[in-house]
Amino acid sequence: MSTGSIAAHGHDDHAHHGPTGLARWLFTTNHKDIGTMYLMFSMIMFLIGGSLILSVRAELFQPGIQIIQPELFNQLIGLHALVMIFAALMPAATGFANWMLPLQIGAPDMALPRLNNWGFWLLPPAGTILLMPLVLYLFGIGTGGADAGWTLYPPLSAQSGWGIDFAILALHLMGISSVMGSINVVVTILNMRAPGMTMMKLPMFAWGWLMTAFLLIATIPVLAGAITMLLTDRHFGTHFFDAAGGGDPILFQHLFWFFGHPEVYILLLPIWGFIPHILETFARKPMYGYKAQVWSLVCIAALSVIVWAHHFFTAGMPVQALIYFMYSTMSISVPLAVLFFCWIATIWRGSMTFETPMLFALGFIILFGIGGLTGLVLADVAADAQYHHSYFVVAHFHYTLFAGGIMGVMAGVYYWLPKMTGHMYSEKLGKAHFWLTVISFNLTFMPQFFVGLAGMPRRIPDYALQFTEFNVISTIGAFALGLSQLIFVYNVVTTWRGKGEKATDGVWEGSKGLEWQLSSPPPHHSWDPQPVIK
Amino acid sequence: MNRMWKCLVAIIVAMVPAVVLADYTWNFPEPATPLALDTLNVHNKFMIITIVIFVAVLGIMLYSMAVHRKSVGHKPADFTGPKNRKQLIWTLVPFGILLYIDFILMGIPAAHSIFMMEDTKTNAQMVLKVTGSQWKWQYEYMDGDAQGIKFVSNLTTPQEQLYQGAPKGENYLLEVDNELVVPTNKKIRVLLTATDVIHNWWVPQFGVARDAIPGFLRETWLQIEKEGTYRGQCKELCGRGHGYMPVVVRAVPEEEFKAWVVAKKEEASKLAASATKEWSKDELMTQGAEVYTKICSVCHQANGQGLPPAFPALAGSKVVNGPVVDASGKLIKDSHLDRVLNGKAGTAMQAFKNTLSDAEIAAVVTYERNSFGNTIGGVIQPTQVAGLR
Repeated sequence: MSTGSIAAHGHDDHAHHGPTGLARWLFTTNHKDIGTMYLMFSMIMFLIGGSLILSVRAELFQPGIQIIQPELFNQLIGLHALVMIFAALMPAATGFANWMLPLQIGAPDMALPRLNNWGFWLLPPAGTILLMPLVLYLFGIGTGGADAGWTLYPPLSAQSGWGIDFAILALHLMGISSVMGSINVVVTILNMRAPGMTMMKLPMFAWGWLMTAFLLIATIPVLAGAITMLLTDRHFGTHFFDAAGGGDPILFQHLFWFFGHPEVYILLLPIWGFIPHILETFARKPMYGYKAQVWSLVCIAALSVIVWAHHFFTAGMPVQALIYFMYSTMSISVPLAVLFFCWIATIWRGSMTFETPMLFALGFIILFGIGGLTGLVLADVAADAQYHHSYFVVAHFHYTLFAGGIMGVMAGVYYWLPKMTGHMYSEKLGKAHFWLTVISFNLTFMPQFFVGLAGMPRRIPDYALQFTEFNVISTIGAFALGLSQLIFVYNVVTTWRGKGEKATDGVWEGSKGLEWQLSSPPPHHSWDPQPVIK
Repeated sequence: MNRMWKCLVAIIVAMVPAVVLADYTWNFPEPATPLALDTLNVHNKFMIITIVIFVAVLGIMLYSMAVHRKSVGHKPADFTGPKNRKQLIWTLVPFGILLYIDFILMGIPAAHSIFMMEDTKTNAQMVLKVTGSQWKWQYEYMDGDAQGIKFVSNLTTPQEQLYQGAPKGENYLLEVDNELVVPTNKKIRVLLTATDVIHNWWVPQFGVARDAIPGFLRETWLQIEKEGTYRGQCKELCGRGHGYMPVVVRAVPEEEFKAWVVAKKEEASKLAASATKEWSKDELMTQGAEVYTKICSVCHQANGQGLPPAFPALAGSKVVNGPVVDASGKLIKDSHLDRVLNGKAGTAMQAFKNTLSDAEIAAVVTYERNSFGNTIGGVIQPTQVAGLR
């Protein structure tokens, strides 16, 4: 490819001509507009997913059933997970990809702009379809939302009401959206880099996303297959997962987790991509071990598709399989440790300042570290019999997906928000948000490790009396955590509406990379012609 | 710098015994089997290793954050990787340590535990079959004197405690009508299966949790070393009553177990006799109310109103108020008795013919037809049920 071909049509790239109002957003093919929509969608779904789980925590405040009947409880826990994973975290990452990848690699837009628009506009209907049965149920209509947990294990999911069918349809739509987004990312990164930007000069964020994109393209079809088989089991008389007809319920677990385990890395790899950018910016020191990090990301992506069965050790499998899945799971700790090493080596002997993105990035490293280390012990098959499906696991994956996922996304939002909007957010509110989040997060999930070890299973609407104290603390923490996020929403919205002071082009003293060479906010059409990397 | 390290060492030293000696509310409950003991030891060891790693890395980070900051005038370095061979080797050391921890320090004891956990057959002295159903456990003794003993274990916590805020008993949600009774110090091979959806039979003090999968057999084993009552729960989401299917195991000495077996067998023969006698309506109603409260009221509710649409009302129901046998004395399909015996496919209504006795089914059907304002009335006898199975 050449610079000329893209610049050739040479229109005024700063003018913004096209539909305005609603039509602008409906028909836009601009990567920044689409990125904004993804991020806004993600934030709305984050609040919805949060309120679902706060009602669950309210029920769990005390033993006994007070406000939520068990059948509603089962819907809330599953939908919380589906909303947070598919409608909050994944769109957030895609939003960042849309906004930042073209800016970072010096491309004028994403490679497939119309696909991009379609990819986004599948999500709002998908979210609606996912949640509609629950909303109808609250008004006394229908059998309720998906109530078999987010993992939708048959035979339970085969006997549930039509919430499951809606969830399957929603997952299909969100899956299609993700695969389209991923194809777009791969094509953009492989074909539209600025002249001179070799693969080994790619920003780390692009590497992280490239790995996520490959994983999505590889595993979403497996999920799609599994849930389609579930659908035909439910309605068309097949017996894929029904032992009475010669099927096997565990087959679903294999298929689901063949997608489900890489999914964890799908959520985290983009974040592992931009965390080093934040660290190098605020430590004012170049990234440590670029090549080592790249190869670690590749290794993690490759390993993530061969460890799936550690999610159901207790379902029973041959000793050889147990040993293999245990050791292969443990081996992921090596490339992950390389990443941690590089992150810490990046800040080591730097000249650090602690603006909100840096606080979130450092908090991310520490708390995600707890998630990673507890993941290491979960690989141990015998002890896993105790941890599995107890609150220990709940605490573990919230340390990885809230501290590692959501807090990572927040670091990214604070880091790039001035670039996107052209205004600084309130540093005071940002710091308050960080400290409240960290404290209430630990207050929520640290007790869950202990209540899990003590023997409390997950997904129960009511619990034995010895678990009361930990649950009380956890619920108080959860409400504090939920309310703290309103500060974030307020901060982002006011910044978006231009309340803060004007941001400079570089925004941060130590910022490096192409996106910081553009104005803040960047022009509607940027990098046309493309910059040349020396 | 020196003080920092002292601090760090002090923290580590302070935390290690905290983990080891933590009383059992902060850790796994007190182990009752060799497997649970092994699991606890492995868990404690791993926790110490991971806490040491965490504290060491956190210490390095905190040190860096305290010293390498702009506000104290620290000038940034510009290295991006190891500068020479010596540094490179030093960089590789942590990963060498990690590999050692992963595959030797943790990997070997973990592999040992797997072999121990999966060896269900060697020297097994007794076989027990556990069947999970929504939402109760069924136990069956497969060999020895106890062979043939078979019973269902249901939650006994009263509905008022669950839903109406009545004061909760000590074993709230962890109490059953029929405890599983097993001898101590015997290796028991446990076979697991399920009748409807996947369940998981878990007693934390045994270190045992295994899925019960419909249509498949899974196995595990127990060897309980101390007498006592042990409590656990189902831990695989299995529907509305997932939180309400506890496991209660009473481990007793061999002699006591033998006595229990004799008593249980007598009870069974009485039960068999009861199935052939003619029951009065009052007897059926009393027994039926008991069965209804225990089994049916979870979904259909104590007042028979159900929780529509998932769990239909029995009060005024067409099914309940319809005939159960046709003119030739055959069971009518989808009639009241057919639903109770064979369940309804695709719903949570399961077949009770394998979990309830003839007398229990006759009683509960009679009860439902004469309660909640249902007008059909009439009596179903256990002998009739036996003939229609």
